[in-house]
Amino acid sequence: MAPGRGGSHDGRVTLGVPRWTLILAGAGALFIVLPILGMTLRVDWSRFGALVTSEAAVAALLLSLRTATMSTVLCLLFGVPMALALARSRFPGQRLVRAVVLLPLVLPPVVGGLALLSTFGRRGLLGETFEVLGIQIAFSTTAVVLAQTFVALPFLVLSVEATLRASGARFEAVAATLGATPGTVLRRVTLPLVLPGLVSGAVLAFARALGEFGATLTFAGSLQGVTRTLPLEIYLQRESDADAAVALALLLVAVALLVMLATHRPRGLS
Amino acid sequence: MTGFRSVRLALGLAAASVVLAGCAGTAGAAPGSTGSSTPQSRAQGETLTVFAAASLTKTFTELADRFEADNPGVTVALNFAGSADLVTQIREGAPADVFAGADARSMDRLRGDGLVDGDPAVFATNTLTIAVPADNPAGIASFADLAAPNVDVVVCAPQVPCGAALPALEAATGVTLAPVSEENAVTDVLGKVTSGQADAGLVYVTDVASAGAAVLGIPVPEAGQTVNEYPIAVVAGSGQARLGASFARFVTGATGQSVLGAAGFGTP
Repeated sequence: MAPGRGGSHDGRVTLGVPRWTLILAGAGALFIVLPILGMTLRVDWSRFGALVTSEAAVAALLLSLRTATMSTVLCLLFGVPMALALARSRFPGQRLVRAVVLLPLVLPPVVGGLALLSTFGRRGLLGETFEVLGIQIAFSTTAVVLAQTFVALPFLVLSVEATLRASGARFEAVAATLGATPGTVLRRVTLPLVLPGLVSGAVLAFARALGEFGATLTFAGSLQGVTRTLPLEIYLQRESDADAAVALALLLVAVALLVMLATHRPRGLS
Repeated sequence: MTGFRSVRLALGLAAASVVLAGCAGTAGAAPGSTGSSTPQSRAQGETLTVFAAASLTKTFTELADRFEADNPGVTVALNFAGSADLVTQIREGAPADVFAGADARSMDRLRGDGLVDGDPAVFATNTLTIAVPADNPAGIASFADLAAPNVDVVVCAPQVPCGAALPALEAATGVTLAPVSEENAVTDVLGKVTSGQADAGLVYVTDVASAGAAVLGIPVPEAGQTVNEYPIAVVAGSGQARLGASFARFVTGATGQSVLGAAGFGTP
């Protein structure tokens, strides 16, 4: 370790970051912090408690937490194999597949909702099949989870894929030469290796699912306790009671911040 | 500690730079948005900014064209959104000269804040009707049919104009609905019907008229008892009060009424 790189605050600042980047970083941080602060200043604190504990608000929050959790589980279930396929194997059209899989990142959520509608809607590509099977998607919580998974999946895939590429395949190769089966390599080597990326990807996916709005509104509808998640409740309250909308918005920010703080630790940060 | 101090200084400078950049951005991107008292007059003429309810998109676009043709040098800038959104925008200082809402409630909120110049005039009425997909899969023939089990009905939430009239309609018909979704805007209700996602939706008669062959309208006789009134008024502090009043008269006048009537709006 080089001298002068102790644990003091001064040491951290002089680690080699040019000072001008700090100015820009500060400006960028303020650009995000100020609007949140501005919104907080609008909160009517005398009514805050009542507004965030109203029946509609509690129903929306619980629905949001429930659906975002289910979406994150689905993202993990399908996203990790997707990341593995993209990072560890080669197949024709891989670049195109990768680009398409990441499309929900850039699609306006309303477009995502329309795409889901034309596929899982009652008159969509697969809608009738589901109806025959007795699965009701229209206006159900399932539709909310589908919409959230659609927009959140790329976050998990990107995060896990990047970690897989960064960690390299050396340990996996060694394990394989020592006689480990592909299943054992995945379980004992690959997954522990990419755990940080997996966790941060899952947190990002959860946060994205929590904030999902456009696709849900277009595809799932809006009914208290069934499809009206917290973002939809905020959008609705804004029509009649701006104070309620701001209070609920702050609730959403608090929940998202808590989740991030509790679990999102970039690698190298202890 | 000098390093630490200079970081704080940098942060202070950064804060100022963000604010300055923000100010510059506002001035460049949205001229006149600092207050409704500064009218935008282009080199050639004047601009009248009209904030109108989303359900007026087609009719007001046509009326603006005709108003511009009648008044050379005048440009009508239109901003369409839900009435409540428009009220919020005006309250936050958006440079509106004229406000045309989809219900009395939104206009009352503006008046309550002293943001209306003079008295609003009602220029159109609208009533609710049932819209079903063109093939009417659930075989809806009356308002009472909407309450049948396994019929997916979509309505507007009570907080928005198109949903505010629903309780009165339920009272008049004696039928209470159990909707599968309460949407934020009438366009969202219509979307759920045109896509076939819902069996039926409650929308305005004008929405059925503009949706064309995609949906079928099923009249509700009792809807005539719960008429929605559309008010128009000049926004207080507008630098174009005279031109704004002239536009409001144009909308309530013969041309306005014929365009609105053709779209299915009722006359006040």
